[in-house]
Amino acid sequence: MVIGIIIILLVIGSVAFHFLSPWYFTPIASNWTMIDTTVDITFAVTGAVFIATNLFMAYAIIRYRHKKGSGQKAAYDPENKKLEYWLTGITAVGVVAMLAPGLVVWARFVTVPEDAMLVEVVAQQWHWSYRYPGDDGLLGAVDPKLVAPDNAFGLDPRDPNGQDDVLVANPQMHVPLDRPIKTVLRSKDVLHDYAVPQFRVKMDIVPGTVTYLWFTPTRLGEFEILCEELCGLAHHTMRGKVVVDEQEDFDTWLAAQPTFAEINALAAGDPVLGKSQYATCAACHGFEGEGLPLLNAPKLAGMDPWYLKRQIEHYKQGVRGQDPADIYGVQMAAMANTLVNDAAVNNVAAYLLTLPDEPPEQTVQGDIANGKRLYRTCGSCHGREGEGIWSLNAPRTQGMNDWYVVAQLKNFRDGIRGAHPSDYYGAQMRMMAQILSDDEHINDLAAYINTLPPPAQQSARLDNPSREKL
Amino acid sequence: MAYVALADQDHELHDPDTFITKYIWSQDHKVIAIQYGLVAAFVGIIALVMSGLMRLQLGFPNTFSFITPENYYQFVTMHGMIMVIYLLTAFFLGFFGNFLIPLMLGARDMVFPYMNMLSFWVYLLSVIILLASYFVDGGPTGAGWTLYPPQAILEGTPGSGMGIKLMLVSLGVFIAAFTMGGLNYVTTILQARCRGMTLMRMPLSIWGIFMATVLGLLAFPALLVSAIMMTFDATLGTSFFMPAVLSMGENLEYGGGSPILFQHLFWFFGHPEVYIVALPAFGIVSDLLSTHARKNIFGYRMMVWAIIIIGVLSFIVWAHHMYVSGMNPYFGFFFATTTLIIAVPTAIKVYNWILTLWQGDIHLNVPMLFAIGFIFTFIHGGLTGLFLGNVTVDLPLSDTYFVVGHFHMVMGVSPVLVVFGAIYHWYPKITGRMFNATMGKIHFWLTFLGAYAVYLPMHYLGILGLPRRYYSYGDTAFIPDSAQDINVAITISAMIIAIGQIFFFFNIFWSLWRGEKSGPNPWRATTLEWQTPDTPAKHGNWGPKLPVVHRWAYDYSVPGAPEDFIPQNVPGDGTHPVGRDHGVHHS
Repeated sequence: MVIGIIIILLVIGSVAFHFLSPWYFTPIASNWTMIDTTVDITFAVTGAVFIATNLFMAYAIIRYRHKKGSGQKAAYDPENKKLEYWLTGITAVGVVAMLAPGLVVWARFVTVPEDAMLVEVVAQQWHWSYRYPGDDGLLGAVDPKLVAPDNAFGLDPRDPNGQDDVLVANPQMHVPLDRPIKTVLRSKDVLHDYAVPQFRVKMDIVPGTVTYLWFTPTRLGEFEILCEELCGLAHHTMRGKVVVDEQEDFDTWLAAQPTFAEINALAAGDPVLGKSQYATCAACHGFEGEGLPLLNAPKLAGMDPWYLKRQIEHYKQGVRGQDPADIYGVQMAAMANTLVNDAAVNNVAAYLLTLPDEPPEQTVQGDIANGKRLYRTCGSCHGREGEGIWSLNAPRTQGMNDWYVVAQLKNFRDGIRGAHPSDYYGAQMRMMAQILSDDEHINDLAAYINTLPPPAQQSARLDNPSREKL
Repeated sequence: MAYVALADQDHELHDPDTFITKYIWSQDHKVIAIQYGLVAAFVGIIALVMSGLMRLQLGFPNTFSFITPENYYQFVTMHGMIMVIYLLTAFFLGFFGNFLIPLMLGARDMVFPYMNMLSFWVYLLSVIILLASYFVDGGPTGAGWTLYPPQAILEGTPGSGMGIKLMLVSLGVFIAAFTMGGLNYVTTILQARCRGMTLMRMPLSIWGIFMATVLGLLAFPALLVSAIMMTFDATLGTSFFMPAVLSMGENLEYGGGSPILFQHLFWFFGHPEVYIVALPAFGIVSDLLSTHARKNIFGYRMMVWAIIIIGVLSFIVWAHHMYVSGMNPYFGFFFATTTLIIAVPTAIKVYNWILTLWQGDIHLNVPMLFAIGFIFTFIHGGLTGLFLGNVTVDLPLSDTYFVVGHFHMVMGVSPVLVVFGAIYHWYPKITGRMFNATMGKIHFWLTFLGAYAVYLPMHYLGILGLPRRYYSYGDTAFIPDSAQDINVAITISAMIIAIGQIFFFFNIFWSLWRGEKSGPNPWRATTLEWQTPDTPAKHGNWGPKLPVVHRWAYDYSVPGAPEDFIPQNVPGDGTHPVGRDHGVHHS
């Protein structure tokens, strides 16, 4: 009896939950309203079956439950061919009602409109980047063997089609409104999946092959890109953004992005010029780039140049050092403008590479064993020995100021750093730093990082191309 | 044709005389069944604890420093693999298969008792290898239970060194164990049925176990070869599944392999695997419903054919797990069609279960509650399968919590409810004692309602767009704070279910000593296992003479009969009216 009533209540509750729950599709931002329609049809058919079968069952249970002493006897009713054929037939009709529209919409999904704009999405652990075909409308040839710090996209420099390819080496892609977009999807390492909930479509990205999907954005705005195929430890932090612009805004944006040829033409940094440009920095960071803890200025010698450059850019663009709680960051944001252009930043970075990389003084105490346990997570990006891995956009942690590491981890965790919407890599670090809810754990980590061997003793480090190239 | 004299050759039975041969190196199917059951339950508890830890992380992110992303993805992987393979497959076939096949078919034992024993010990070895991965450098693999390459064997995935290799070896060993057991089950069912037990008189439990075993024997080889090939990729540097890739910014030596090939092989195993778990549950629940509703199963022949058709179709639907995998998208048309066709025989089974209740004399005891609970969760899980099986509808839902909710409802909660119902149902035959019904009912309500509270909201989080296999969600613009609130509620429900299992385990052990004596046939059931001369059944099951079957397994409430059941071995000799004999001839 009770179970019959409970099942009726569960049916009512489930239907109520369906209509009342605040969790449902995000407002659609693409042409794929037809997909939502197929979902609605499926809900209608399956919902009717759910209600009918369960209520019938509940009724049967209540009506035919055993009552003590009633002398009740079950019917002897082995088969009923007619009823069984009817039920089979009705079920088949329901199935066709769901399948037929599904197949029609799928046929549209696999057929890309001929006028679709082409964008390549490049996935790697745990970042997105994008390539637009340039004026010729053709994407140049790529080869994973060519991927290197100065050619992160692995473009073949001999292919003329690739010279005008526009390279977007950050996780934000732009697309114009109301125009079909065909994304071709490429992975450099493992499986990923390009998914934008508001667009409704998604597709895995498979190394060794190129997959695709298409959509037409129908709403202006920014939408989150999520990786939805488990791609390793930092899978959940692999985020990007697609910005839907008016056509002219899109054109402006695209024109501001560098082509492959332009990137290759950039001059390498000059350490001699860099030395003079570094003079201002030296006041706080020290003449040898050794860092001055009293001024809260971290060591710069030995810092990965690509990391240094990105941080200077972030300071200059107001991406970092804007939160009032980040006192020293605010100072630095003001100072960063003394490096007036990219060339100056390049020069300083080149000069810093010439400075001696001396291990700094150790100031943080902690439980090294616990730090080692926690560092397993960190090491997946920053290197097992803290050497930093350029391709993962993860800077060196070993041999830097331990007090600075502690301060930055707290800043990330507390949203003082990495909260700016354009700080994609910082946002990633922020999600990771939130694991460290306890300040002691942060000290333990820094104490463990202090025990990691210096560069000279790290075999892998010598092969790390980011040391030599800029 | 149906009757084979093999069953009478009881001289082949070995006679256990020491404690060791009776309980440790036992060749008795009933003891092996219990050995399988205990080991499977043990790993099941481990996997349950892992799911609890995952729920803690999802309900209260960034609170527990002992759950790092590595730990989390390792829990995801080990929980899934253990539950699907080492618990459910082992429990349905190793435990119920072993216990029920000879008893329900009137055989003295499996036809290959020594191989049966070996099957269990090799299974135990596979479990030990699996758990050993927690004690190697880097811990167990965190690649997800699907073990997709390339990430499974590349740095950046937890356990990409020793962990994944131990997992692959453990799977290989498990498959060897399964093959030994599986050949045994199939041979016993085909060759060792007692006189009169034609195929179309077999209880549906046996039909479900039989078809599941056949599926396993055909599907597991696909997993075995993919495990071997991935082991070669990881150790010898072959490139079966490995294209040219970078790892940690460096080019690797691999080239030319296909990650999608692995997915095809995996799901060629993986989809039948769903039915390896589901078909025995279908069969067993049919028998529970019929027995406790005191009514024959409705549409027996249709039920048998549905089991067979589902089994066959399960081999041509695998790529519905891969609609967005990057395989040729045109496959979507074919696999969506085959997948939705499979809904028809499955729906027929559901209708027939409910029609079995109709006009019954429904005893709402503990096994019946679990059977009804199963129908409810299975209807829910089956219907949400129509979303994911229909290629277009799958697009927004694939890889989200909708999938997690769906497969837990359909192949987690539903089969587990059957497992519990079946344990309560056969407990008196296994132990000779009754369990405590009150504790059983508490266990049912906590498990059933708790599970629905966990998995129903997950579907809606999935529709919202929450991806599965995320350690945490951070600040994601489209995810409202209320999603976190419901995650807290789900975690609390999960904890209640976990605690509810104490009622089960306590009941099972307490009743061993304190349970009422049950007698041979407390449910007044028709099938042969309830007609053994001794309860619990002794070695050899049947005393001096094997039973002879005279009727189908569902002669409940036969009009004119003095009792509301007629056991299968009661002859139609005039003192008892013969129940309608379905589609078969007397032997």
